[in-house]
Amino acid sequence: MKILVCMKQVPQKDAPLKLNESGTWIREDVSYEVNEPDAYALEEALRQKEKHGGEVVVITSGPARAQQVLREALAKGADRAIHLEDNAFVGLDAYNTARAFAAAIKDETFDLIFTGLQSDDYGYAQTGVVVAELLGWPHATIIMQIEKNDAGIRVKRELEAGFFQFVDMPLPAVLTIQSGINKLRYATLIGIKQAKNKPLRKVSMADVQSAVSGNLQKIERLYVPQKTKNTEFLEGSAGEVAKKLVDKLRNEVRVL
Amino acid sequence: MSDTILVVVEQREGKLNRVSWETLTAGQALAAETGWTLEAAVVGSGVGNFANEVAAKKVAKVYAVESPKLEPYTPDAFSAALKQIIESKQPKLVLMPHTYQVRDFVPKLATAMGRTAISDCIGYKKEGGKLLFTRQMFQGKLAADVSFTCDAPWFVTFQNGAFRGDKVEAGASAAPVETVNVQIADGVIRDKPQEVFKEAKQAVDLTQAEIIVSVGRGIKEQKNIELAKQLAEALGGELAASRPICDSGWLPMDRQIGSSGQTVAPKLYLALGISGAIQHIVGMKGAKTIIAINKDSEAPIFEIADLAVVGSLFDIVPPLIEEVKKAKAGS
Repeated sequence: MKILVCMKQVPQKDAPLKLNESGTWIREDVSYEVNEPDAYALEEALRQKEKHGGEVVVITSGPARAQQVLREALAKGADRAIHLEDNAFVGLDAYNTARAFAAAIKDETFDLIFTGLQSDDYGYAQTGVVVAELLGWPHATIIMQIEKNDAGIRVKRELEAGFFQFVDMPLPAVLTIQSGINKLRYATLIGIKQAKNKPLRKVSMADVQSAVSGNLQKIERLYVPQKTKNTEFLEGSAGEVAKKLVDKLRNEVRVL
Repeated sequence: MSDTILVVVEQREGKLNRVSWETLTAGQALAAETGWTLEAAVVGSGVGNFANEVAAKKVAKVYAVESPKLEPYTPDAFSAALKQIIESKQPKLVLMPHTYQVRDFVPKLATAMGRTAISDCIGYKKEGGKLLFTRQMFQGKLAADVSFTCDAPWFVTFQNGAFRGDKVEAGASAAPVETVNVQIADGVIRDKPQEVFKEAKQAVDLTQAEIIVSVGRGIKEQKNIELAKQLAEALGGELAASRPICDSGWLPMDRQIGSSGQTVAPKLYLALGISGAIQHIVGMKGAKTIIAINKDSEAPIFEIADLAVVGSLFDIVPPLIEEVKKAKAGS
């Protein structure tokens, strides 16, 4: 099976974020990591390759620092990488990012395209589904299991409140992968060494210019959310705080 | 003729999804603010009853978008059906709840129409004639006001709990219901969905618990969950967790609180080492009192906490257990 995994680099979960001067984005001087659902998507692709043979290709769109995500993926076992590296790719909306991806892979024949179900920075949960529509492929979202069969694949879709649903689909298809579908592997030292020799193709904006146009939506401003709740912070030593909490639990919350 | 807002409600397994009333409330608020006309649509097969239910609310018109091919739900069929009705009725704004089903088809629908969706919004603003939609970014740490820079139709999905479903206005009289039979050609639907099912028998119904002690990644190791369990027992409450804890298998899936797990509104929700990611918050923000203990003073959980302790749960929880036991024994 030939699988493409779309991956994104996002600020680290506990990275302190600061707004830029214009208040339209964050300052870039933070630490980055792979978008967690994408790591699960990659792991799933690697497992499918181990089961059925084939190739795993990873792709990302972002500045030079985003290459780290691709290197880690190659070290874990992906076969090659594609980096849409151009400052012009930064800040593209899901629609245009998907169009850039589709243009970058137009000469390839994948059986499956995986994305994480959403990104930890924007959280739109759209890019994978947009890619599917652009390619004219069937898709399914929030996937927790993938089994290959004669007609294509059977996937397990996660629904709200603990419900699930199996869906039979033909290939090729796009799937957005849910966290927790599997357990992530660590890259081995050998893997890290081998990664250095694996192909990494760079794609510039000029290469896909015809596919990309202006954003269809715009972040007018980014800001620290206004607090609507009156949060009371309890201070003191652990023992003092414990007493204060119990006081509140008894007299205000009335559960004791 | 006035511009129109179209609210697409959700029906599943023979019921209107309650979150639809929240979207309708949002639509009513936007209609009042903009002066646009509010209409609604139900999509499926044999949805006349749902359309009538919606028509009882304050809305100008309800469309029953019908085709036998719309049952069961598939993104191909729903996208095709909604594209037809939207092209026909030309609403300016299309509103939907940010459910798993909507997430499954709205990006497809928007793309098919050369448009975009601003998803998981928590509110809106009208500034100088322009509509801005507010959404959380970076797992709730920051908020963004987003505008459309393309032509209508504009697609917006609202987060669970962003609007109050119980505040939806009833209509003075029933709105007219128009049945729209849509054509879905052979070969359009490519997915074959099977029956919806629940994974394991749910051992505990967290929605019934008055007190919940919930753990997140801050609990660090599986064996530390014992500490939270002791606190839950001391308080007479139930143990719960955010998704990563259940993904790791440290607690069973039926203890999960959040968009994929259970949504709860207990008297007391104690969040231990939970950062407050959006997917978790939507499952518990309705709790009457929220107490959060987290080392990180910037954790988004503190946005919604009533009582907050910035510190290590490993320092706070042991004396807290003792004090709770004392209080229960003494008083």
